[in-house]
Amino acid sequence: MRRRFHDLLCYAALGASALVAIYPVLRVIGVSLRPGDQLLSTSLRIIPRGATLGSYRSLLFEMPFPRWMLNSTLVAAAVTLVGVSLASAAGYAFSRYRFRGRHSGLVGLLITQMFPVTMLLLPLYVMLSRLGLVNTFAGLIVAYTATALPFCVWQMKGFYDTIPTSLEEAAGLDGCTGPAAYFKVILPLTLPGLAVTSLFTFMTAWSEYLVAAQVIHDQDLFTLPLGLRGFQSNMTTEWGLYAAGSVIVSVPAILVFLAASRWLISGLTLGSVKG
Amino acid sequence: MRRSPVPYLLIAPATAVLLVVVLYPFGYNVVISFSNMSMRHLRDWSWIGLGQYRKVFADPVFYGLLAKTALWTAVNLFFHVSFGIGLAVLLNRNLKGRAVFRTLLILPWAVPQYITALTWRGLFHPEFGDVNLILTRWLHLPPVNWLKTLGGSFTACAVTNIWLGVPFMMIVALGGLQSIPRQLWEAADVDGASAWRKFSHVTLPLLKPVLIPAVVLGTIWTFNNLNVVWLVSNGGEPADRMHILVSYVYRSAFYLYRYGYAAALSMVIFLILLVLGVTFLRRTRAEASGTV
Repeated sequence: MRRRFHDLLCYAALGASALVAIYPVLRVIGVSLRPGDQLLSTSLRIIPRGATLGSYRSLLFEMPFPRWMLNSTLVAAAVTLVGVSLASAAGYAFSRYRFRGRHSGLVGLLITQMFPVTMLLLPLYVMLSRLGLVNTFAGLIVAYTATALPFCVWQMKGFYDTIPTSLEEAAGLDGCTGPAAYFKVILPLTLPGLAVTSLFTFMTAWSEYLVAAQVIHDQDLFTLPLGLRGFQSNMTTEWGLYAAGSVIVSVPAILVFLAASRWLISGLTLGSVKG
Repeated sequence: MRRSPVPYLLIAPATAVLLVVVLYPFGYNVVISFSNMSMRHLRDWSWIGLGQYRKVFADPVFYGLLAKTALWTAVNLFFHVSFGIGLAVLLNRNLKGRAVFRTLLILPWAVPQYITALTWRGLFHPEFGDVNLILTRWLHLPPVNWLKTLGGSFTACAVTNIWLGVPFMMIVALGGLQSIPRQLWEAADVDGASAWRKFSHVTLPLLKPVLIPAVVLGTIWTFNNLNVVWLVSNGGEPADRMHILVSYVYRSAFYLYRYGYAAALSMVIFLILLVLGVTFLRRTRAEASGTV
């Protein structure tokens, strides 16, 4: 009986917390479905009266939204490609070899995580403006790589650490060494790690606002966050567009995240505990 | 111990890129912090030694910001950790449907941060925002003009950041809980320990090794959380007062063009975090030596 009561309390607490967790998400979905004349509604209904996909239609066909999406995708893909390919090599060295400078290298990468955003953004901005790279994707890619690469190296090292060295030794006995051992034995095993690191790097770059706000000024070069923020600041008229855009951007991000979150967390804790 | 050129070849490309995009800018930031660089002196800047640092420490604004940042970090971490552990304990019970709850509770972490921040800003809108609608309609309280007072603005930013930060701590704590053998609680049951004693004497001590790295990370993220503060308070409303150290640097650099000053303040923030992080890790490593 007491046990029953306890369970009930647990459900109540979990239910209330879950409600708080999903409320803002439901809210945005609701606003995205509002017809134009109800954007300023003070109704708390989640599904509005006369729900319509009008905001989605004008977002996709009357606004440069597809363009922003393409821009964000290009930039994020470039950062991911650079970050993950370099990190898969460097992470392997950090995981498998003991060499001079290994420890300071790892510590150095960790220290970059303590930089305030402005620490690299300001000098990069001054450098970019002197090189004439402000308002270009190249500038944005450079700035994002600075934050993405250290993270990628740590993640990849963590994934390699979970693969027993005995595998390479066994491969060595069979006469398979060096690059062959790496590509035939180790790489297939790290594919999940590689995929997860790529996804997270991609998502981070895809949804970055503060750096982009300084580097990109031209509307044609806007990334998604810049575009959406533009809608949001004009809350009265474009609230519906903002909400529809948020839903389009968040749904894939949420799905990817839920699928990959287990791996990210194990990578994080492994990396930080084993050192 | 293998001595070969291979590891150096493997790290060479990453190192080369890091030198260009991290180390060089870092060095350049140090240079700027000793200069009078600003919008007016972008090319013809000159060395002024420790002048910018002196300006940082002489300005009472800095101490106000430091206090606000400390409060911001402490409030957020407190709620992240306490809600995180609380929910993890609930999720660790043998309840039906806990996978569903787990997924729903993770949701705030999965939404891109800028969307969370912008959405919450909308929810705090004085007229049409849900927070005020719920306050007035269901609780019959007067509406609050969130961004018009420092306390309101701080609360809005903190609520947003707590909302989005709890899932991380929850998942970390849940992982820790699941690695604690159930026999330990059963043994405590046999000894007739109360629920609170079980929690404080069995659960918490065993969670510590998992929680500490997460708390260190969380502290750094929160201390440096420009995204939420900037976007929720709309760049420091009311009247440029809702700032933590990083958002103030961001503003000084990119809206007031005080490059030298901003660079010096960046250095100060970084050193504060470095000292905090190193002492924290050293102390916990000394405590936990052998177990980690």
